[in-house]
Amino acid sequence: MEKKVNQKAWFFVLPVVLLVAFSALIPLMTVVNYSVQDTFGNNAFFWAGTDWFTDILRSERFHSALWRQFLFSGIILAIEVPLGIAIALAMPRRGLWVPVCLVLMALPLLIPWNVVGTIWQVFARVDIGLLGHTLANLGIDFNYTQDPLDAWITVVVMDVWHWTSLVVLLCYAGLQSIPDAYYQAARIDGASKWAIFRYIQLPKLHRVLLIAVLLRFMDSFMIYTEPFVVTGGGPGSATTFLSIDLVKMAIGQFDLGRAAAFSIIYFLIILLVSWAFYTVMTGKTKESDR
Amino acid sequence: MKDTRIPAGSAAKIDTQSTRARGGVVEKAPTRAAVRKRIPKRWIVPTLYIIFLLLPIYWLFTMSVKTNQEILSTFNLWPDQFTFDNYMVIFTDPSWYRGYINSTIYVVMNTVISVGVALPAAYAFSRYTFLGDKHLFFWLLTNRMAPPAVFALPFFQLYSSVGLFDTHLAVALAHCLFNVPLAVWILEGFMSGVPKEIDETAYIDGYSFPRFFTKIFMPQIASGIGVAAFFCFMFSWVELLLARTLTATEAKPISAIMTRTVSASGMDWGVLAAAGMLTLIPGAIVIYFVRNYIAKGFALGRV
Repeated sequence: MEKKVNQKAWFFVLPVVLLVAFSALIPLMTVVNYSVQDTFGNNAFFWAGTDWFTDILRSERFHSALWRQFLFSGIILAIEVPLGIAIALAMPRRGLWVPVCLVLMALPLLIPWNVVGTIWQVFARVDIGLLGHTLANLGIDFNYTQDPLDAWITVVVMDVWHWTSLVVLLCYAGLQSIPDAYYQAARIDGASKWAIFRYIQLPKLHRVLLIAVLLRFMDSFMIYTEPFVVTGGGPGSATTFLSIDLVKMAIGQFDLGRAAAFSIIYFLIILLVSWAFYTVMTGKTKESDR
Repeated sequence: MKDTRIPAGSAAKIDTQSTRARGGVVEKAPTRAAVRKRIPKRWIVPTLYIIFLLLPIYWLFTMSVKTNQEILSTFNLWPDQFTFDNYMVIFTDPSWYRGYINSTIYVVMNTVISVGVALPAAYAFSRYTFLGDKHLFFWLLTNRMAPPAVFALPFFQLYSSVGLFDTHLAVALAHCLFNVPLAVWILEGFMSGVPKEIDETAYIDGYSFPRFFTKIFMPQIASGIGVAAFFCFMFSWVELLLARTLTATEAKPISAIMTRTVSASGMDWGVLAAAGMLTLIPGAIVIYFVRNYIAKGFALGRV
């Protein structure tokens, strides 16, 4: 579809630009402002150049938080995307129960994030939680407030519980758009289940998978509330992800310059990785799609 | 989409078991019984998954109808004494139920604002080329990638300085940061699916633009507006960090109020669980209404 060139279209976009500029550009400028200045209080600021940036980039604390963050997002994507595809494939295409299933699956997506944290905090507790108690009765030593590994497992399982449904819903929508004739043609050719998946379903899923991977990456990289409620970043700093560290720095210690530099680096990393995902995933299938 | 349907005759011949189980078009009268037999097997994976999803929620529910003493002393899968006292605490104490009202107010405000400004913008993106349109679109999307933690402190300072701190509007505007780009993205996808000829015909018929937009165009993308509103509602409802930072007493959301169940006498687990259960209800209602469109929303968006 050819689009008309019309510069007056800017008037349609103007409200959005003004609104987002107010709630994004001004705060972002504040952050940039802080990141290059230092203060001794009394609102007296002086130029600090790139000191904060080099400071952050060299700090051990930032490195370990960044490493934990990448590990977490990596694990999340590696579990949620294949699991989501598998469940979407297993769902029947039609039926009385399909809407019911979709509603039940979407339920975790609409729970406020700190309630998600609360649910899992309670569920995994050894004294009063179903999961913790059951594990203890089975003789497994599980304590997410003491043991870093247990804390990690809890946070990862919680995120899988929370977000896999998003992947399922997206993939299910993608699968629904494949006409039955494709499957019939595959039958005639005697295609195996794997071949059907590889050559019919996966290419059709490509678009929704891109959205799913991007959204899951961005959101898992920004995760704050859920692990904060469950573990508070601990034990020690075992589950202190970037956002938790940042909030600690900015609001807890009121270390504005360092926190601002941290914010900008953080934001740039998300942009960069999202862009990388986007280019790799669209570049690969350009030829087959068009 | 191109429909390459195979003629009916050959379709009947290749009507093998697996296409039938998929509920293909070809499946009709003769093999109902066979279909029914195969259903349980297909449902194993989704059923297990749903059980996994519901277990923690179930546990929250049983806790909400137990007394604190029972929660702490015994381990029951189903409460001995079924009680609604915990819910009554919330319904009778204004400092509790105000939280629900506050949350609802700013979520609705945010949804209205986001969809309202996103509609014309999405129309512009789907119909016209203009200077910097691609860059603008990408810039909008980058805001969806901005971690709320980055913005918490600057937002606090910005809204304090313009006198919006601790109002519903502050939270609603702050949530626009990630909801407006999303709404534009979803609506643009739906609008691009509407043929351009509709616009042109309406102009020839003498419709003014506002009349065309509200009377003809908006009904065309009604489901898209529904999906966009749903996602705005959802992301505004579940967000806590910004909502908590921008409010003190007047507009405090329920999810922030929940943290105060830690009192001198220890955790009030029952009330905490009841408050948690009540936060599930708006989501469940909304999701029921849009169940057929949820997945479509992102699938149609342009990437």
